[in-house]
Amino acid sequence: MIRVQREDFDIGAELDALCRGKTGIGGLASFVGLVRDLAGDRRIGAMTLEHYPGMTERALAEIEAEAHRRWPLDAVLIIHRYGRLEPGERIVLVATASAHRQAAFDGCQFLIDWLKTKAPFWKLEETPEGPRWVDAQASDDTAAERWSR
Amino acid sequence: MKLLYFAWLRAKIGIAEERVDPPAGVATVAALLDWLRTRGPGFAEALKDLKVVRVAVNQEHVGRDHPLRPGDEVALFPPVTGG
Repeated sequence: MIRVQREDFDIGAELDALCRGKTGIGGLASFVGLVRDLAGDRRIGAMTLEHYPGMTERALAEIEAEAHRRWPLDAVLIIHRYGRLEPGERIVLVATASAHRQAAFDGCQFLIDWLKTKAPFWKLEETPEGPRWVDAQASDDTAAERWSR
Repeated sequence: MKLLYFAWLRAKIGIAEERVDPPAGVATVAALLDWLRTRGPGFAEALKDLKVVRVAVNQEHVGRDHPLRPGDEVALFPPVTGG
């Protein structure tokens, strides 16, 4: 399931809902991305996440479908927020559930690694020197390439 | 053709979207980028370093040799930074 929204989400409620009624699930893995107050040595007051409505949902649905093709997953969840977020706020939740833990762990890591290089989101940080667009990290490309085949 | 600009590309170009009718001969993404650069200082500045410009056609990531058609939705943006 994919959701792109401005509002916050309740991690516990989302994970409960994801697994409800699916008693074949033996393992649930999740990752939550948060806004940090520091980027390198720059203090971050807040950030604004911009996205490409339409393509975002499409890209996330493709990532979800690819995870299902690669691992035996009983449930997949991606929630990504947009708009202005302050340090400590949640940005993204990805979760995978499977009969066994390995598929859940691997699938979860795959989701966030691919999302970071394929989903059309951009971060604008508020710093003491003014607004600054975040640069893509080479380490994110390396992380995503681990899953290329 | 509908063009969309995101993040610092939008800021430099100064608009979020527009409809354009590129000249005949602009048949690929590469040719479109070359043409857009000639449309003014904002475009020239935004498209100065094409290594940091990504393109989607009809909401799919594409390469520079991707063909273009009149009704396409073409988006230009920097490498993504979500998550």
